[in-house]
Amino acid sequence: MADKVLMKGNEALAEAAIMAGCKHYYGYPITPQTEIAAYMARRMPKVGGVFLQAESEIAAINMVIGSAAAGKRTMTSSSSPGISLKSEGISYLAGCDLPALIVNVQRGGPGLGGIQPSQADYFQAIKGGGHGDYKLIVLAPNSVQETVDLTFKGFDLADKYRMPVMLLSDGTIGQMMEPVSLNQSKNATYDKSWAVTGTYGKRTKNIVNSLCLRPEELEEWNKARYERYNKIAKEETLYEEYLTEDAEICIVAFGIASRVSKNAVNAGRKLGIKAGMIRPITLWPFPNEVLAQTAKRVKAFISVELSMGQMIDDVKLAINCSRPVTLCSRSGGMIMSPEEILQKIIEVDGGKQ
Amino acid sequence: MSTKNFLFAGFGGQGILFAGKLLAYSGLLKGKQVSWLPSYGPEMRGGTANCSVIISDEQIGSPIVAEPDILVALNLPSLEKYQNKTQKGGMIVYDNSIITKSVSKDDVKVFAIPATQLAIDNKLDGLANMIILGKVIKECDAIDYDYIKQAMQKVVSAKKANLLEYNLKAIEIGYNYK
Repeated sequence: MADKVLMKGNEALAEAAIMAGCKHYYGYPITPQTEIAAYMARRMPKVGGVFLQAESEIAAINMVIGSAAAGKRTMTSSSSPGISLKSEGISYLAGCDLPALIVNVQRGGPGLGGIQPSQADYFQAIKGGGHGDYKLIVLAPNSVQETVDLTFKGFDLADKYRMPVMLLSDGTIGQMMEPVSLNQSKNATYDKSWAVTGTYGKRTKNIVNSLCLRPEELEEWNKARYERYNKIAKEETLYEEYLTEDAEICIVAFGIASRVSKNAVNAGRKLGIKAGMIRPITLWPFPNEVLAQTAKRVKAFISVELSMGQMIDDVKLAINCSRPVTLCSRSGGMIMSPEEILQKIIEVDGGKQ
Repeated sequence: MSTKNFLFAGFGGQGILFAGKLLAYSGLLKGKQVSWLPSYGPEMRGGTANCSVIISDEQIGSPIVAEPDILVALNLPSLEKYQNKTQKGGMIVYDNSIITKSVSKDDVKVFAIPATQLAIDNKLDGLANMIILGKVIKECDAIDYDYIKQAMQKVVSAKKANLLEYNLKAIEIGYNYK
């Protein structure tokens, strides 16, 4: 399997999920995510898995709850409006401590919005979406290969911490083709003695549930969950640094915006501007520590996002507003050009060019 | 070559995305970094379609080609939209059996080939995309004909193996067109 093949982000993601042992997929078509469902429809019957096109996104996420409760690696995928529909179920997954992978191939919103790439579901993914005190681990790939790698990782993190994980892609990363190698070392096994699989009269029954009518007990559940979240924040934060060692201006960007930003950083360097980039790979947990450390060295940050400015809030929090943070953004399905980012870099640098 | 940015553009249904995919695969087989990004959505069903292909020695940043080194245009709206965005010193290859206007930009190399007409004349209807690709291979040093032939084996599915020969023939017609 070492040979590289040319695959779309969406199709590579679907194949990686199957390789990771996901045999239960429930979905509903929506652009620009449909290739995932189509691939699953084709492949799942051949590997003895379940592909089910549900009657709606809401039905699909509730089927995910069922399979996950039975201890099976389970996935659903959609694009922005569909994720809004799934949000109730995602909160229930978190409340039931169930592992599952939820994929959002983002498009422009709000409402039905458009079908072109966007990153405007950042708040929804990181700050909630569903109700209650909960977090998702949110993984943001910026290439087809990383889409594959983070799909493997997403299933592992979900099982390790018994919680839903979101893979936050976008229309570009999902639709583009790049060379990819689908290499998965042996899948790790996780304790799933909590799963509801039938007792056969041999053990006390397991209960998967998010209902708790005694507030003092519910508070304890939530506190225990947040202890787990704290551990994850310490141990699972991922990011990439690009030319940050001597940087004076630091871009923060994820997903497709980080690809465009890289061109702009390189162009800035050619003009003699010391630009660099920090790319969060996990959006939750957010790479607060490296940003705080970097803030001690750089003059300013630029948050580059395909939204009206969402992640920028977390950048400001991470650095405790110790440096100016400027926004470079496009919205509604538009993507900024490297030149637009470069102009922002020049402006922040003092506009000498 | 360090990086070559290609933009294929035309009507949905002309095989724009397939031509781009074949080119990208040839780059992969040659050991280069490649990316392929399609326009998606309603365009696929008859509007204008385009795809960005980057072949590079280095890791590819943005996969979006807004200012191509090489523009391959299969209809007039595409030529008009992108000719002035083509890089100085770049190349425009277009189908002059469909596009009756000529290229106004004068700082690029221009190659016209009646790809659609050649396809009809050679009973290869629908393969104007491969014919024009043949011309691109001929005129662009960055592409290797041998790797294109190998890529064809990868890109044409086993179920459609009978189409392999026609596609290769179409490329050859474009390659040898003078």
